[in-house]
Amino acid sequence: MTYDVVFVVASALAIVSALGVVLSSNPFHSALSLIGNLVALAAMYLLLQSDFLAAAQVIVYAGAVMIMFLFVIAYLGGRANEPVRSRPWWQTGAALIAAIAVVAEIGFAVEQQAFGDGAHVSDLFGAPQAIAGSFLGRYVLAFEATSVLLLIAAVGGVTLAARRPAPREGGAVGAFEVERPEPTPSLQAQAVDAETRFDVVRSGSAPENGDGD
Amino acid sequence: MHVGVAWFLGVSAVLFGIGLYGVFTRRSPIILLLSVEIMLNSSNLALISFGRYWGDPAGQVFALVVMAVAASEVVVGLGLVVAMARRRADLDVDSLTGLRN
Repeated sequence: MTYDVVFVVASALAIVSALGVVLSSNPFHSALSLIGNLVALAAMYLLLQSDFLAAAQVIVYAGAVMIMFLFVIAYLGGRANEPVRSRPWWQTGAALIAAIAVVAEIGFAVEQQAFGDGAHVSDLFGAPQAIAGSFLGRYVLAFEATSVLLLIAAVGGVTLAARRPAPREGGAVGAFEVERPEPTPSLQAQAVDAETRFDVVRSGSAPENGDGD
Repeated sequence: MHVGVAWFLGVSAVLFGIGLYGVFTRRSPIILLLSVEIMLNSSNLALISFGRYWGDPAGQVFALVVMAVAASEVVVGLGLVVAMARRRADLDVDSLTGLRN
């Protein structure tokens, strides 16, 4: 009974916070909603007796990854907001249809299956030693590949966010650069320009010819 | 009501659909990354519930690998966003057509 209640609460929280991520117009609120989603999912992992993964979910996701998101959103400030332009109505409709179709397909496929009660597992099912026995035993290749992937991602992140971009030849335009028109000078700059265009003769400051005296 | 593996799979499917909708409709690259995170987490939930159903720790191992992949994806994605912001590009995935033109 308690199991069912926890499941209902956790799944409702997960779905509502996921909707909050997708529908919120403020990226900061979206990131905070995603933290709620991740914590609810960690509770569901606990229901599935995956204790270690629940802890890893909270530490890695809700901790490290989301902090990185919040830092970047804070760094970007207002530029992280959604660009305000109207999207054609059929795009929203098509996205809705595609999402509902995926959910309906999976729901139909799951509903067709007669799932039993599941295997009986020991209390150590989700313990670190059980996962380590599998991860460092049968799936050790995946473990090594994961370490290489993380190394590459770290190097890639440093390279992408490096302050000095690589010099380009001949004024080539990078993929991320948008051609912008030359900015029109402000009124003040125009006034200053017009003033300095005339020769303003100031007494005492005009250069003397060298043959005086 | 008996909460079996099918209920977890249903929640996972709904979360995946929500993430898919977000990827299709939002334009800010940061929200796109957040939506992709939702989708990856829903797949994690499916993997773990199947692992629990079969009593096999392989599901948890796969979920750990997915977590590592998601962390790498976030690093590269946020690096791209920061690089875009540095170069004064629009943070709008619809206007990033530099590779197409």
